[in-house]
Amino acid sequence: MTDVTLSPGKAVAAVKRPTGASIGPRWTNALFIAPYMVFYLALLVYPLFKGIWMSMLESDMFDDTSKFTGLANYYRLFNDKIFIGTIWNTIFFVLMTVPVFVAIGLLLALALNRSDRTSASLRAIFFGTSVLSVTIVTIIWKMMYMPGNGAIASVMRLFGLEPIAFITTASLALPAIAVTTIWWIIGLPMMLFLAALQQIPGELYEAAALDNASRWRSFWSITLPSIRRTMLVVVIYEIVAQFQLFGQAQLLTQGGPNNASRPIVLFIYEQGFRSWNLGYAAAASEVLFLIMAVAALAQFFASRKRVEG
Amino acid sequence: MAASEHIVGRGIGNKLILLSVVLVAVIWMLPIAWTLLLSLKPNSELMISTASAFHPPYTLKNYTDIFQSSGVFRWLWNSAVVSVGVTAGILILSSLAGYGFARAEFKGRDIIFVLVLLGLAVPEQAVIIARHQMFSDLKMHNTYPAIILPGLSSAFGVFLMTQYFKAIPKDIDEAAMLDNASRFKIFWKVLLPLTVPAQATLGIFSFLGAWNDYLWPLISATKPEMFTITVGMASTQTNFAQSEGLGFLMAQAIFAGLPVFIVYLFFQKYIVRAVAGAAIN
Repeated sequence: MTDVTLSPGKAVAAVKRPTGASIGPRWTNALFIAPYMVFYLALLVYPLFKGIWMSMLESDMFDDTSKFTGLANYYRLFNDKIFIGTIWNTIFFVLMTVPVFVAIGLLLALALNRSDRTSASLRAIFFGTSVLSVTIVTIIWKMMYMPGNGAIASVMRLFGLEPIAFITTASLALPAIAVTTIWWIIGLPMMLFLAALQQIPGELYEAAALDNASRWRSFWSITLPSIRRTMLVVVIYEIVAQFQLFGQAQLLTQGGPNNASRPIVLFIYEQGFRSWNLGYAAAASEVLFLIMAVAALAQFFASRKRVEG
Repeated sequence: MAASEHIVGRGIGNKLILLSVVLVAVIWMLPIAWTLLLSLKPNSELMISTASAFHPPYTLKNYTDIFQSSGVFRWLWNSAVVSVGVTAGILILSSLAGYGFARAEFKGRDIIFVLVLLGLAVPEQAVIIARHQMFSDLKMHNTYPAIILPGLSSAFGVFLMTQYFKAIPKDIDEAAMLDNASRFKIFWKVLLPLTVPAQATLGIFSFLGAWNDYLWPLISATKPEMFTITVGMASTQTNFAQSEGLGFLMAQAIFAGLPVFIVYLFFQKYIVRAVAGAAIN
């Protein structure tokens, strides 16, 4: 309360008043951000650099020592077929999910952008699944995919079809995880698009209606240009989020069969906390960081060019 | 086409669209309905075939079993402690820092703010190995602080609160300054009450995020009595083959999902507004 008395010398530079707050810069003002900065430095900045350092060490589990090996871990990673496989799996997963999040999210938002009760309930249903945790979602979907007793298998048998073992078939494991993921968190892009649609002034559509413009035409010439920024936000957010695929893969398929659905984060987790190759896992996490940053930046610049040009 | 025809056509089109969305919504609910049905069947019956889930008799035995055995209650309690801890911590730190960055000038503030924003770009996976090592060195794993503290370093709340404080008209705190109030008093008495909507947004986000967090609690909490509900449910489904049975597992899933679902139903309006607000920023 009496921050002036804490630093009488500095008070000269600021507007001087007997007890109250002063306008202008003072070092005591930094006390407001100090508590957060402690956490920021100790638990984000420090581990970020420590992680980079660890990625250049080779640790020995037996005598708990480690020695500096430069880029050896990275060299080993890029000769590790399983790791390269996880990169492709993750990219494939991002390519499968992100366009669907954008397309279905936007379609749902367009259909449910009204103020009646039915639309409100439907919005609640589509968004409701995203509040569930990944572990509940995977329990539910295991019961869907189970080849013997699962819901999908039962329906297929009803139609006289041979049930498919989704999560144990190499070519279907990752798509099955993608379907689960879309079911789980389609609500977020839908809500983001809804918020954007509600920002579009109604007069624009009224004018279009007077011109007898078709629904399709007003979508292309009014709706789409108005939500361009949100589209970019959704795409970048989803790219970053889906690159971090972990729980669904770990719990539904354990990365199998034969690594067909193993994403990068599962690789990091297993190397780091199952095999305790900490340096190796840290190097893999730096590679993931780099790929994510490049993907998000590339998307950002590509769309900015399109908007400008 | 006459104008009236056009409007009629549009009306039918709207109905068709709504009808198809209702259909999709029904499909969307099927997995949960299926889980619910399975949870109401005795395990022995499900061992033979899950098809019996479609017809009665149904039983609540799987749910009463939860009350007797299982660590579910302990895990729910852990999740509650962790989520409340993370939420409270984030609200306090972000409000203080948000006010600081928006209003309280000091040397180097703007550079520090940019550096904090850069922190938003760092994914959890890039720091998780080193964090685990740090908490190992301090012998802190399997404690509440170990599960809670990393969540407090997120820059998202600071960013949100800074934006919010910046949007408050400056006249309000300048008037208070003329009354000779101290910085902290202005923050606490004048500006903080105005940020309640932002606190609600950030609070809900932080709570849901902490409740559903999986990777860090999985790594840090290795003793079953320190599992959060998310990690606990993961452990039961991995031992699913030898576990207490399908119906029981489904009942656990439904039961574990309930608290957060109730929170969702109660705060739905705020959650929707929170998501929308975050989008517009």
